[in-house]
Amino acid sequence: MSNVIIKAENVSKLYHLGQKAVKGDGVRHILEYVFRNPAKWLRQRRAAGRAKPEEFWALKDVSFSVNQGDVVGIIGRNGAGKSTLLKVLSRITEPTTGRIEIDGRIASLLEVGTGFHGDLSGRENIFLNGAILGMTKVEIKRKFDEIVAFSEIEQFLDTPVKRYSSGMFVRLAFAVAAHLEPEILIVDEVLGVGDQAFQKKCLGKMDEVARGGRTILFVSHNMAVMRQLCNKGILLNHGQVMKSGTIGEVVDTYLAAGVEHEGHWQRQTPVPNKGHIYLEAASVFNSNGVMSGHLACTEDFTIEVKTQANAAFGKAQIALSIINKEGVIVMTTCNSDTARKYLPITAGKHTYRVKVPGNFLAPDTYYLKIVAHEPYVELHDITESTVSFRIEDVGSLRSVFNDARVGMVEPVLEWTDTHEGSGEAK
Amino acid sequence: MGQRLIIEAGRSERQYWRDLWRYRELFAFLAWRDILIRYKQTAVGVAWSLVRPFLTMMALLLVMKIGKLDSGGSPPALFVFCAMLPWQFFSTALSESGTSLVNNANLISKVYFPRLVVPASSVITSFVDFLIAAGFAGLLLVWYRFLPPANIVFLPFFVLLTFGASFGAGLWISALMVKYRDFRFIVPFIVQFGLYAAPVLTMTGHVSEKWRLLYSLNPVVGIIDGFRWCILGGQNLIYWPGFTSSVIGVTLLVWTGLWYFRKTERKFADLI
Repeated sequence: MSNVIIKAENVSKLYHLGQKAVKGDGVRHILEYVFRNPAKWLRQRRAAGRAKPEEFWALKDVSFSVNQGDVVGIIGRNGAGKSTLLKVLSRITEPTTGRIEIDGRIASLLEVGTGFHGDLSGRENIFLNGAILGMTKVEIKRKFDEIVAFSEIEQFLDTPVKRYSSGMFVRLAFAVAAHLEPEILIVDEVLGVGDQAFQKKCLGKMDEVARGGRTILFVSHNMAVMRQLCNKGILLNHGQVMKSGTIGEVVDTYLAAGVEHEGHWQRQTPVPNKGHIYLEAASVFNSNGVMSGHLACTEDFTIEVKTQANAAFGKAQIALSIINKEGVIVMTTCNSDTARKYLPITAGKHTYRVKVPGNFLAPDTYYLKIVAHEPYVELHDITESTVSFRIEDVGSLRSVFNDARVGMVEPVLEWTDTHEGSGEAK
Repeated sequence: MGQRLIIEAGRSERQYWRDLWRYRELFAFLAWRDILIRYKQTAVGVAWSLVRPFLTMMALLLVMKIGKLDSGGSPPALFVFCAMLPWQFFSTALSESGTSLVNNANLISKVYFPRLVVPASSVITSFVDFLIAAGFAGLLLVWYRFLPPANIVFLPFFVLLTFGASFGAGLWISALMVKYRDFRFIVPFIVQFGLYAAPVLTMTGHVSEKWRLLYSLNPVVGIIDGFRWCILGGQNLIYWPGFTSSVIGVTLLVWTGLWYFRKTERKFADLI
């Protein structure tokens, strides 16, 4: 008999995005602005007086219930409201409306290493961080050795944390957090830290915690991990609950929902006036030049990206990532690749085409992520999970041999064989 | 399973005071952390807590000698130091607790705990400095072979009063600073100006009668008078109207400080 441990009813969170009358705040800036260009200032002031501060509902009428022992994955695009929901549940921020009833002690892990202070040693930080996360001194002492062993930093325990490498820092921080023993644990995208071996350890620990009967609310973008750890899921979209149910259902809905058109995407909103590079459309063409969302695995296909550059840039890049159904990025290709350096982009409309060879990608459903940016400077435009296409199995190696061949790519590669000896093949 | 927690907009936290007790260890940890990091990687270490009041005292002594100011029959060093003791406590507690919330923004936006813990623990670190300086004052008394009067038994009361003034002012300023960062500039100004507005260099007796009550509205005045009365006695008398206004002022400061802090607390994570 399961009992409800968290019950949320019509929870909403409103943020006001205030407008500033003039650029920058402070009397000095205003004075400067007024004297430099009085006419413009007057016009702006009148406009600002009429405009309302923007209202942004980070969460709107979110309702759900969680049973004891559930491991719930909270899924959604960036900006869907996942972190806000966790903050409200952790009592860090208040909901604007709605009500939540919680029947157990909550510990939240929204960030790794909260409260760590560089000048203190690893040992001192374990106590500090543990206390901040809600452990008592007695509890920390009891688990101290376990924590140190998990983090693998025994010999650096008494050095100030500011001397640690980023990997060590993160391992120590996670080690403390992993030994929390609350009834309800809330974790926000912190599992993707450290190297492969450590990540595996973290996942193992999370699994252990889940099997111990604790209730966990878990946010991540890694669908594979979600499927492995969670039994239930909640899908958030623009602050509202789009679906809740078993984790399989919710992940599938998430992946399917992002797709707008098969093989083709067109920008819905008009291109802004800002001096940036904007993506207008993206399409997939098969080897016959026909736009299609279904491609033969043995044939080449072309991806076309149309952009509009409102200004010229000395160094800009269009990057395209092909992502499989599990959310794994199979490859990324950019317009700068063959030149091996960043290229300038002139103002105006550009149409980019890149040919992807056949006999390369394994049969699966894929999504595109396209980014227009100035490397290390600014992101101009991005579209994600809006174009999907299927690589169909029309004679792939795995079907020819009927072997359970696993892999994201399936290139047909040349093998050579040089042999010695005079034995005949039987 | 224990108690049920209900999260709702505007719900008055009856749990809050229980939570404060539950988080009492965090309060100690934060104070411990602030004290530790203060002197990490310093060569002189904890001795800085002594050097600062000592040097300020020397500077003020020099000013008194040059200005030929009257120290009312007590050794000038003691006269000045007795006022500096509470003033240093108040001014450092004010600066530190005022900025405490903003400085701990990373904690406030990522972890739940009753936010009152933050300004409270920063007052404690200044209190530790105060205790060290008080030890130094004891040494001074021995040096001058000066025996304090019986009034000294009342000293803890005045220490409590200083605590209250620092905590109350700290609550107001830390809560205000979350929304209005101007206080980052206002607080150092108050501290610098306050040194002259408080009777550190002078005896309050020297302030003319008609200004005396107004002057005593500054709660620190009553506190400094009290400290001098307790430790030095003699010509240092308590001005009773001033004293009462100090006590009332401090009580009001703490009461309203708590009210404002609790009222604005729910928005801290959104504004900080």
